[in-house]
Amino acid sequence: MKAVVTVMLKAGVLDPQGKAIGHALNNLGFAQVGEVRAGKIIELELAETDPAAAKAAAEEMAKKLLANMVIESFKVEITA
Amino acid sequence: MRAGILLFPGINRERDMVLAVRQSFGTEPRIVWHKETDLTGLDLVIIPGGFSFGDYLRCGAMAAQSPVMRAVRDHAERGGYVLGVCNGFQILTETGLLPGALLRNAGLRFLSMDTMLKVERNDTVFTAKYGKGEVFRAPMAHGDGNYTADEATLDRLEGEGLVAFRYHDENRNGSARAIAGVYSPNLRVLGLMPHPEDLVDPLMGGTDGKPLFDSLAAA
Repeated sequence: MKAVVTVMLKAGVLDPQGKAIGHALNNLGFAQVGEVRAGKIIELELAETDPAAAKAAAEEMAKKLLANMVIESFKVEITA
Repeated sequence: MRAGILLFPGINRERDMVLAVRQSFGTEPRIVWHKETDLTGLDLVIIPGGFSFGDYLRCGAMAAQSPVMRAVRDHAERGGYVLGVCNGFQILTETGLLPGALLRNAGLRFLSMDTMLKVERNDTVFTAKYGKGEVFRAPMAHGDGNYTADEATLDRLEGEGLVAFRYHDENRNGSARAIAGVYSPNLRVLGLMPHPEDLVDPLMGGTDGKPLFDSLAAA
């Protein structure tokens, strides 16, 4: 199974990278761009056949390593 | 005081730490590779700066999972002293030995310059040779030094006197409440972003950081 873990800075945590991307987009003429948040996506190939077990395992991995729960939140999607 | 200095792939500030320890302690520190797990005989574990494991995922995230960090956690639980500087501070927050986290600098730039630090209290094993409220110079060199924690944690740190140093001249990296370094509740674990070990000899351009190591030597 494949799990896709999306890690984002928590709402309220300053995201200077997202801000810089937003400024750059505005400078390129994309005036409609407001707030931008930047995060990361981690794809995991898992030796699991049960989607629920795969999701639980990926969530455990996110809590232990992939995300820093002090500043980040995550979501897990099982895609295949 | 027997000191060990941890070495992870990508750490590059250990040599100045060796000089600082050698000079203040009069003993040779032990270099401890990240795969080692036996810290027996060490009173103080120092985690120097650098870019452990290439800063992959998050600064300090990979190093925090190293075998030696389990031993460091045991060492801290036994009441051992731990000093983490720069990447070492990031590693300590990633392992949970210190609260909070270090975010990308608010201005997004890597900051390599001197800063001025204010000593919040001088009744700890790390700061006894400084004056309370003393301001000293410390070089900083980091891209992710923007200290953050939730408001309740920040209030607790301030309320319990666990803020070790604050940026005194200018809070360039955007740290919450200008916090440059914090202690564990037992005051035996200290993490800070700037580098006191970079100013421990007149040949380095100053000795502003030496009292920290002299304090430890006298403990």
